[in-house]
Amino acid sequence: MSKAFTPSAARPGVITANDLREGHNVWMSDAGWSPDPAQATLYEDEAIAELALLKAIGQSDRVVGPYLVEARRGPNGPEPVHFREAFRQTGPSNYVHGIQARKSEANHV
Amino acid sequence: MFDIRPVETDYVRHRAAQFRDQVVRRLDGSLTEDEFRPLRLMNGVYLQLHAYMLRVAIPYGTIRPDQMRVLADLAQDYDKGYGHWTTRQNIQFNWPKLVEIPDMLDRLAEVGMHAIQTSGNTIRNVTTDAFAGAAADEVTDPRPYAELLRSWSTDHAEFQFLPRKFKIAISGGAKDRAIVASHDIGLRLIRRDGQTGFEVWVGGGLGRTPLLGQVIRDFLPEEELLPYIEAIIATYNLSGRRDNKYKARVKITVAERGLDVFRAETEEEFARRRQAFLGADREALAIFRDRFAAPAFRTAPVAGYEAQRQANPAFRSWTDTNVKAHKVDGYASAIVTFKAPGQTPGDASAGQMRLLADLAERFGHADLRVMHDQNVALPHVHKSDLPDLYLALRQAGLATANAGLTSDIIACPGMDYCTLATARSIPIAEEIADHFRAAGLENEIGNLNIRISGCINACGHHHLGHIGILGLDRAGVENYQITLGGDAYDIPAIGQRAGAGFPAEEVVPAIDRLLRAYLELREDETERFIDAYRRLGPVPFKAALYPETADA
Repeated sequence: MSKAFTPSAARPGVITANDLREGHNVWMSDAGWSPDPAQATLYEDEAIAELALLKAIGQSDRVVGPYLVEARRGPNGPEPVHFREAFRQTGPSNYVHGIQARKSEANHV
Repeated sequence: MFDIRPVETDYVRHRAAQFRDQVVRRLDGSLTEDEFRPLRLMNGVYLQLHAYMLRVAIPYGTIRPDQMRVLADLAQDYDKGYGHWTTRQNIQFNWPKLVEIPDMLDRLAEVGMHAIQTSGNTIRNVTTDAFAGAAADEVTDPRPYAELLRSWSTDHAEFQFLPRKFKIAISGGAKDRAIVASHDIGLRLIRRDGQTGFEVWVGGGLGRTPLLGQVIRDFLPEEELLPYIEAIIATYNLSGRRDNKYKARVKITVAERGLDVFRAETEEEFARRRQAFLGADREALAIFRDRFAAPAFRTAPVAGYEAQRQANPAFRSWTDTNVKAHKVDGYASAIVTFKAPGQTPGDASAGQMRLLADLAERFGHADLRVMHDQNVALPHVHKSDLPDLYLALRQAGLATANAGLTSDIIACPGMDYCTLATARSIPIAEEIADHFRAAGLENEIGNLNIRISGCINACGHHHLGHIGILGLDRAGVENYQITLGGDAYDIPAIGQRAGAGFPAEEVVPAIDRLLRAYLELREDETERFIDAYRRLGPVPFKAALYPETADA
């Protein structure tokens, strides 16, 4: 767990948490909490990120355990750096459950 | 059969209603997460990597068909169609929504089930031999004592805030199948001079400091069980460390203070406490003995069973590995492994749970046991029914003949589900199982216990594997340490680390080298991997794991 992570321009980060009511993973986006990690706001400034994290912690009626974690800029939005975050953004490897299931459903629509 | 008293069902319903109210108060902001977290943990609700997780207690792994059907309903209605057998003989649901968990607890309460004390620093689910009341080598049935411990420890006011969690196992067999030596308290039923009693072990445990327990009492008369156990835990409750979570288990208390000091304090406490036990425990035990009375075993010819064994090699192979000796003539215990090709170790679908319930009613005197190795046993099956049982299991893909073999791997959920994990366990287990099946070596290798944990907390019991695998995070990459020589059963032993860890893709080749070396080294096919390891020591096995180092 990298809850003490501090973002910078060289090592940006995102804010993530779990949805209080249902438990699924969510990310802080410009439009509020999103279940889509690609929508996450990428923080490159420590002060702005810390302020956003305080705001997230204040939303305990929506989410549980928000934390800042390293991410990198990708063509379709922020991408995970550590494999733990990569699993959080997809789901378990033994079944197509979790976020990967939503993506796979979306592709079949 | 075990029967829940109405008063306990009332208690379980009361606790479910309490939790429903707590969830409401969390959602409306009356409770903060810091306030709510210990409350949800007291009801077995964790927040995991992708979702909440609900751990449901299955006391000493014993479960009735009607209860199993409720688990199936929960898997279907509130999860993604499956549940996961744990190494404490419980079940975990991986995808419940917090807002639906109160409904799940209500459904469980209808059949006397709950999630109380499946988490937190309390006395956890008491585990026992899955073949209790059935095993041919049993001194006496441990379940009445397990139930006595369960009912005594449930909501025990003094022991709700222990320094750390507390796990008790009880074994009734001449062979220990409950892993007594690796529990906070381990109990072995023994008989001495015509009297039944317990050999009492204390201070065992796995995790980051794996230690085997030590015998604190070589013979405890069975009627003194509760006062003595209460004395041990009261002693630990006062002297156990609360300053450091990693030094808070009783194994550290015993190791730091010494067994003799801990024993002296326990005996002093015992002398005081036994005065307070006025016989209610004896009355309860008598009731529990009646509840666990043997089923109405029947007498029938077994010639058909023997004939089927001769005629059907696949059936014979299954009976060789998955059928165990029963104390009653004509009967056997059958193991249904949840380790089929491609299956996640210990995962059971709703359909499989319902099938088990049906088969237990048809062939198994309505008795099912969740095993600590993530399989399920039907403890009482008449041998004449084994061919039909096998057929029904085979049609459902549940007749894999691999109990105790290479692919019968214990694996924790690992980083596929667990928020504490440092690496994945499940894919490693699947790859090892697939590899040795494809190589056709499983039967040749014979009995082998592979145990995989995805972090140092050791839920997958890797220290007790003949081959143990521990998944770690090494600089942002999954890496796997191998331990050798662990044993949960015959001669309890903690496995020793073989050397540097392996990246995920090198684990299967390493295990392949190791087991091919074993096949070369063993004296004959009756010498198991663990026997050969004990005879030869680690050197030739390490050489197989690290050939480059050996050549240098």
